[in-house]
Amino acid sequence: MSEASAPILDATPFEPRARTSGQRWRRRYGLAVIGAAIIVIWIVVALAAPLLAHYPPHAVDVTVRLLPPSAAHWLGTDPLGRDVYSRLLFGARVSLFAGITVVVLGAIFGTLLGGIAAYAGGRIEEGLMRFTDLMLCFPPIILAMAIAAAMGIGTINTMIAMLIVWWPKFARLARSLVLVQRSQEYVEAAHLIGYGPSRVLLKHILPNSIGPLIVLVTLDVGHAIIVFSGLSFLGLGVVPPTPEWGAMVSENRELVEQWWGATFPGLAILTVVMGFNFLGDGIRDWLDPRARRR
Amino acid sequence: MPAAAKEPVQPILEVRDLRTHFDTDAGVVRAVDGVSFHVMPGETLGLVGESGSGKSVTALSIMRLLQDQSRIAGGSILFCGRDIVTMDAEQIRALRGDQMAMVFQDPMTSLNPVLRIARQLVETMVIHGRRDRNSALGHAVQLLGRMGITAPERAVDSYPHQFSGGMRQRVMLAMGFSNEPALLLADEPTTALDVTIQAQILDLLRELNTDFGAAVILISHDLGVIANVCSRVVVMYAGEVVEEGPTEALLSDPKHPYTWALLNAVPRLDRYIPGQRRLTTIEGMPPDSHQWPRGCRFAARCPFRVEACTEHPELLPVGPTRHSRCWVTQTGQSLPKPALPLVAPAAVKKVPAADREVMLEIKGLIKHFPVPKQNFFAPREAVHAVDGVDLIVRKGETVGLVGESGCGKSTLARLIVRIHEPDAGLIKFTGHDITHASAAEMRPLRRRIQMIFQDPYASLNPRMMVRDILAEPIRFHGLTDDEAGTQRRVEELLGLVGLSSTTAAKYPHEFSGGQRQRISIARALAVTPDLIVADEPISSLDVNIQAQIINLLIDLQERLHLTYLFIAHDLAVVRYISDRVVVLYLGKVMEIAPAEALFDRPLHPYTRSLISAVPIPDAAIERMRQRIHLQGEPPSALNPPSGCRFRTRCPMAAARCAAEEPVLHEYRPDHWAACHFTERV
Repeated sequence: MSEASAPILDATPFEPRARTSGQRWRRRYGLAVIGAAIIVIWIVVALAAPLLAHYPPHAVDVTVRLLPPSAAHWLGTDPLGRDVYSRLLFGARVSLFAGITVVVLGAIFGTLLGGIAAYAGGRIEEGLMRFTDLMLCFPPIILAMAIAAAMGIGTINTMIAMLIVWWPKFARLARSLVLVQRSQEYVEAAHLIGYGPSRVLLKHILPNSIGPLIVLVTLDVGHAIIVFSGLSFLGLGVVPPTPEWGAMVSENRELVEQWWGATFPGLAILTVVMGFNFLGDGIRDWLDPRARRR
Repeated sequence: MPAAAKEPVQPILEVRDLRTHFDTDAGVVRAVDGVSFHVMPGETLGLVGESGSGKSVTALSIMRLLQDQSRIAGGSILFCGRDIVTMDAEQIRALRGDQMAMVFQDPMTSLNPVLRIARQLVETMVIHGRRDRNSALGHAVQLLGRMGITAPERAVDSYPHQFSGGMRQRVMLAMGFSNEPALLLADEPTTALDVTIQAQILDLLRELNTDFGAAVILISHDLGVIANVCSRVVVMYAGEVVEEGPTEALLSDPKHPYTWALLNAVPRLDRYIPGQRRLTTIEGMPPDSHQWPRGCRFAARCPFRVEACTEHPELLPVGPTRHSRCWVTQTGQSLPKPALPLVAPAAVKKVPAADREVMLEIKGLIKHFPVPKQNFFAPREAVHAVDGVDLIVRKGETVGLVGESGCGKSTLARLIVRIHEPDAGLIKFTGHDITHASAAEMRPLRRRIQMIFQDPYASLNPRMMVRDILAEPIRFHGLTDDEAGTQRRVEELLGLVGLSSTTAAKYPHEFSGGQRQRISIARALAVTPDLIVADEPISSLDVNIQAQIINLLIDLQERLHLTYLFIAHDLAVVRYISDRVVVLYLGKVMEIAPAEALFDRPLHPYTRSLISAVPIPDAAIERMRQRIHLQGEPPSALNPPSGCRFRTRCPMAAARCAAEEPVLHEYRPDHWAACHFTERV
């Protein structure tokens, strides 16, 4: 900045940090785009699994058990001779479906409950939030174990168990967000138009509260996949022959020599969770106007 | 001023050609662009300008408290001969809080909420090695006492949340003066406070300046505050100093059109002209800070611009002690007084008040808000927000509602528009009893009562386009036949509040505060209401924008025959706009009278002290004025005093005031007051 003698005030000696909008966009949302790409690729893979897989996921062939990665078996085979690559592709269907469904359903239920509690106030709020607290008290994995034990092991039952422990955090977040918006003057103005409570809540308050909730959803999908995989790993998730990443790690974890059995499903979990985290961070920045301006 | 002037005196602070820039994605913002001024030891300097003029950034540059994206790009700041700009972090830390101190605008956030007052005060003194812990504690108690805090021994052991805003500002001042600094920067220290508390703090600031001999830089947008405290003023506009001079001369004979505009945009309590229904405003908005104009930065808005203004003027002397950055006044000529058309009072005003139709009638209205119990066995407590208010608003008039924060004026507004449910009493709107009207019963009446809100940043849904914000009430009430009609009506509404129809497709964040307030007004007008309740609609705006909005409200009233209930804490504005005024204190009406009678011959001691606490932007008048100082703070609305609510602060209180509550009585025609001793006022 060596412009000592510049009397013209419109000269631009101090501009080096100004960036083009493209550079700015890339710097801020680059990672989010990578995250979104990872997720899209995994979803496409899950949908196209029958086309991409080389073998049926359940095809047992003990003659080819525990083969290292090769041209015939890209990611090797497991102790029953099943193709790890094919099982990984089909496993994506279960893991992504379970993770996304649990979080989205939990978010919708929790948001509505928390939103209604905050908006109604008084006894209704007290009742709904104490119920939420009660649900928060259960350690998620223990509860899931209890439900799995009571209702039997299976993908849907595990998801129900997860859902029960999943919604309270959305209810608490939604409640605090709605409480902030409820006292805003634009909400009072909506009342003055003559709107009833449900219309004010759905049309004015929730659209302005949704940002942090969407961020929590995206960050949480990764978490849900890990928990679901964890439950499968413990033997609570899917019924054995079904391919699922956590279950695959669990089945092959003792095979130290045959590292491919547990490593590749583990990497799959890692990439999906990272993808959702990148996307969540990006959405958080994008929804925060202060961060956007900078 | 302290008589410590020994010749020759060096300035304690000298700012030379200061340039502070912000790096943003859209380029560099030259927030402070070549500012120079000086402060003599013990001097009180006022720094004036609207938001975005660079006055706060100048103060932060002096304290070197700038945020990450901002940097000092040029110039020097000499404090006692040493350049602050080139100091390293260690040196500046030694200076801050020791020889230089700062008091911030918001007393609610400037103290650490988890530390006791004592610890925060003692830390300031100990960290600079001025005192050891024990003597520092003693000094802290002494300082708090000096700042007018009762029972300072107890106060030091309190936490900040136990204090009101005014009290916290006293603690901040105590902290500022704890090391007897040579310079105190006060950034809008009274803006967040009520007038009576503001008067106390300003008095204190003046006394401290005299007692401690510290120079004070007072940053304010309020010329009245500046006139009250400062001996010299620097006016800033668009990152530059545009005028500088002694307060009295500058305020009585401004030499820069911007100062002129600032002065004339404020309605004045002492200069009320009957029949004058408009304020002087300047057009447009401050220039874009990313690219200041090449010529005079004020030229685009200046009513006096000449050809020379395309060239950037320098800050040049005009007279022995004054400087101005203006080509027009370079010859030393004064700027003319604004010529405003005097409008004959509108026809509706001629009808005797009592003959006009009553639009809104309120009787004995009560609203208590229960607070959570301290513990299970504690008695149930409630904030007595509105505690028996009687009020009548007639068709076509403007009723002003004034009072300090916490007096219940906003609650009253929300009771009238039925956002809150009253506990007891009666609200009658054009004959309909709406006290406990259900949502369905209210729906047709919603069209006739609307509200304008205080905060233009919170009153518009950020996720809706202006078009939808305005169309929403029209659609809901089915006011137009088809969608095309709705869009036409939206454009008509925008035109009515002075916005172009191209703004319909924008979102609220794309507008300035004043424009948003216009949108808010347009939304209220969308349903063609009869009564508009305006809850402090101008208090968060710059003075020039305030004047524009006041003019707009008066225009609209004349064109659309509106009735206003106008809530404000600014008495000069209330006097200017209102036909009748209601004074509220702790949920009760103290006085109701026509505006003229209330301000010229107030009956209630509270009204008198409120009026006398308003600072007037004229240094000569400020010196001459007799003030009635209110002691202390308003009592808690949880447990209001017995008898007269005002007796705890009243200079005339007697035994009778505690025993017997005065009733609102008509002492003169249409002039009501609730006081036992009105004849003594």
